[in-house]
Amino acid sequence: MIAAILPLALLLFSVSLLLNLYRLLRGPDLTDRILGLDTLNINAIAVIVLAGIYMDTTIIFEAAMLIALMGFVGTVAMTKYLVRGDVIE
Amino acid sequence: MNIPLWLDALIAALLLIGAVVATLGSVGLARMPDFYMRLHGPTKASTLGVGCTMLGSLLYFSAAGKGISVQEVLITVFLFVTAPVSAHVMARAALHRRVACSAHTRHPPWPEMDHPPETPSPATRGDARHAPPSTPGEVSDTP
Repeated sequence: MIAAILPLALLLFSVSLLLNLYRLLRGPDLTDRILGLDTLNINAIAVIVLAGIYMDTTIIFEAAMLIALMGFVGTVAMTKYLVRGDVIE
Repeated sequence: MNIPLWLDALIAALLLIGAVVATLGSVGLARMPDFYMRLHGPTKASTLGVGCTMLGSLLYFSAAGKGISVQEVLITVFLFVTAPVSAHVMARAALHRRVACSAHTRHPPWPEMDHPPETPSPATRGDARHAPPSTPGEVSDTP
């Protein structure tokens, strides 16, 4: 049953990645683009995890963990740049 | 590997629910009218969807005999900790930049807050344009 569900879940996550990319490219304000990029990161983590189940390996989960860490740091840095005008004061 | 049928069905259901909920959050991100509404979709729905996917993956790899990998637990915990923080800092940056909100917002933080150009229907847009700027004191149904 998992083998039947996995392509469907990957398809749904691909659709949501495309929607995030639409908001990232079109967003009227800078904060919309930051939000789109943050959501793109979170959905990319899920796609990597599904690919790990598909290939039956846990090696690529370290890449997902790195994306989670770097995505959060990037979001906080960009919003801090918008609010304070500088990242590291 | 030999996964029992009920566990197989449970993992499949978790993966499917996670994918559907995350897609709904992304649809909300793409379709909502202003930034403050758009913030709701991904920060709650996508986090729940990815959390369900991670739980399904955790169950799958522990049922397949590979043991629980440290990275999966770390990703789940980290995601659930950082999602509210990033939502908070993004909302604060939007308020700082005075990003436009929808014309139907009940209590705008300041009266002269501007509205995005694409409002849902032409009729409400015309009403909102010709009506005088409302102050929070004029709203009758405030608690």
